Amino acid sequence: MSNPTNRSYTAEHEWVLVEGDVATIGITAYAAEKLGDVVFVDLPKVGTSTTYMKICGEIESTKSVGELYAPLDGEVVEINDVVVSAPETVNTDPFGAGWLIKVKFTALPELMTAEEYAALTGEG
Amino acid sequence: MPQTPLHAEHARLGASFTDFGGWDMPVRYSSDLAEHEAVRTNAGVFDISHMAEIFVQGQGSAVFLDYSLVGQASLIENGKAKYSLICNADGGIIDDLIVYRLADESFLVIANAGNRDAVVAALKSRAIELGFFGVEDKSDDYALLAIQGPNATKILQGITDTDLTKLPYYSIGTGIVSGVEAYLCRTGYTGEDGFEVLFSARDAIKVFNALIEAGAIPCGLASRDTLRLEAGMPLYGHELNLEVNPYEAGFGKVVRLDRDDFIGRSALLDLSARTPTRKLVGLVGEGKRAARADYLLFADSESTVQIGIITSGALSPTLGYPVAMGYLETELSDIGNTVSVDIRGTRLLMTIVKLPFYKRSK
Repeated sequence: MSNPTNRSYTAEHEWVLVEGDVATIGITAYAAEKLGDVVFVDLPKVGTSTTYMKICGEIESTKSVGELYAPLDGEVVEINDVVVSAPETVNTDPFGAGWLIKVKFTALPELMTAEEYAALTGEG
Repeated sequence: MPQTPLHAEHARLGASFTDFGGWDMPVRYSSDLAEHEAVRTNAGVFDISHMAEIFVQGQGSAVFLDYSLVGQASLIENGKAKYSLICNADGGIIDDLIVYRLADESFLVIANAGNRDAVVAALKSRAIELGFFGVEDKSDDYALLAIQGPNATKILQGITDTDLTKLPYYSIGTGIVSGVEAYLCRTGYTGEDGFEVLFSARDAIKVFNALIEAGAIPCGLASRDTLRLEAGMPLYGHELNLEVNPYEAGFGKVVRLDRDDFIGRSALLDLSARTPTRKLVGLVGEGKRAARADYLLFADSESTVQIGIITSGALSPTLGYPVAMGYLETELSDIGNTVSVDIRGTRLLMTIVKLPFYKRSK
């Protein structure tokens, strides 16, 4: 699956889609594929503050545990209840319905472009 | 990294690969859960050609194996198989094995891929002690496929003339599978009915594809691991290692002490007379968070004194709740007891249950 170009990426395999002062965050198709079937998602509560590159959640597959790193400083304003009740959505639609959290950010760090991220994962 | 003769086929089928026992093996083709379910409800085929095939043949084979393993190979009937262990002089487990008796003085020993060198070295040095020369590591010559699941018999029967109804559990026969000479074994590592088929590595692609065409779903090692865990079967490097003895692992019955000398006998005799300080147990939890290998166990949620460790764990795909195996101090290991597991900083309760977690309905 190609990485949408309308968003930014982190080296920890998150994608960040900015709309106004809110960023929607998920994990990439590459990360979902590497994890295997996602069976449990532990997301921060609404109102939690996030710190750039600090762990703010966990994504568990049958085989392993992936950590969700906050790609920016801010506050969680929404979590995706769909992936909480149906974690497999992270695998089936990582860039869409499988989004994880929305963060109202205070600063926007410099992240990777789709092209840079594809180079990182060897897809480029 | 070594590859099986089917590596290119796995890649063609879209597999992801992982290092297992030093081999580049398919971890999944599409979905761990779908492959797991295929084995529980239909039939899956696993490439397990990485496993070691050691033939023990010629005059003195039975005596040699009796001396080298903790079980008594000479008691196995021709055409039957038995689970066994090879231990060191201290009673530590070098590997767990399946021993098949092909004829009076002809045996096939299947060992784990990661232990191939250790097992072959141990067998050869024990052979020298006895002046026996019939140990031959033929792992590179063979492909090994496991066909597992309720439809395994139907699928395999479609491509072999051997009457599989005449091949009971834990037995071995020979026959032609998809035009290829093979050993057919009714054994497996999934908790389902099924077969392991051993044949020339040259024919690996032909037989593998014939099985897929006949309806077997290609399954990777991720599903194999959750399947064996649900079935309460140990995995070397997790439940078993050189520091674990058979009594701790619950395999006291595999050790036949009522006979003459064999490697590890005096240590195992001592160990059998004592209550082991720790025991392998099955644990179940609630919710969806799995206790995984190396997580620590405590008596209760407040305690900081470690009483055990998880050796394997997952959210059981079949049962829907977390299951795990682990070692626990013996006095705390009674069925029904609860323990607290540290899941990356969060404590969760787990209850000790009898293994296996899953048993197929017959």
